[in-house]
Amino acid sequence: MIVTNIEAVPGKQIVKHLGLVSGNTVRSKHAGRDIMAGLKNIFGGELRGYTELLTESREEAVQRMIDQAKAVGANAVINVRFSTSSVAAGAAELFAYGTAVVVE
Amino acid sequence: MYDLIIFLVLLLLGYVFGQRAEKRHFKSIIEREKQLRDILVFSERKIPEADKVEGTLVCGSVVISVDFFKRFVAGLRNLVGGRVSSYESLLERGRREAILRLKEEARERGAQSVWNIRLETSSIYKGSGQSIGAVEVLAYGTAAKTR
Repeated sequence: MIVTNIEAVPGKQIVKHLGLVSGNTVRSKHAGRDIMAGLKNIFGGELRGYTELLTESREEAVQRMIDQAKAVGANAVINVRFSTSSVAAGAAELFAYGTAVVVE
Repeated sequence: MYDLIIFLVLLLLGYVFGQRAEKRHFKSIIEREKQLRDILVFSERKIPEADKVEGTLVCGSVVISVDFFKRFVAGLRNLVGGRVSSYESLLERGRREAILRLKEEARERGAQSVWNIRLETSSIYKGSGQSIGAVEVLAYGTAAKTR
């Protein structure tokens, strides 16, 4: 599976468009991380726990997008975009979407 | 009275540790930017000589928190308006760090350049009141590796 965020797959010809595929995940962090984040809000600096959490969930969202693309018979996803939104206090939604295509 | 003392202690802690963390962070950013200078990043969408490369998606992200002192200064600044330089440096740090992580991932995959880079900023953790507690910066793009 080839995933890119440009309109084409470099060096390959797109033979068929299969439409939009997307993957999302909503994650929240456990209370321990929240307390650490509260402390860090006084001292400043990187919130490593949150960085890891968001990276993991983004990978999960991309994986779901890829699964969906596989299900419709694509072998590449182009023009991938990400979006993050906080749906409730302490939870964030990670969303990835792109166009599923067949390349040769 | 106790409230005031606690507030001042928090302010002082935020100032001392926040400034130190920021200085250290900027130092490490400049250091790593030198090491990763050979990986070029473009916001261009079309890859020239696209038939000679292989493209994959790469991401870099970071969550950075503001400190108590900065939040207080920004709150004061809100009263009179103008540039909130304490948040400007925070966001600059976040962006540069995110791009660095993207470059690191690109290097791991053996790529020489990254194309169509996008930067996205979101505040993920709301602190007390309206002030932002932490910002997430995400950088993503297509890494090109010569076949």
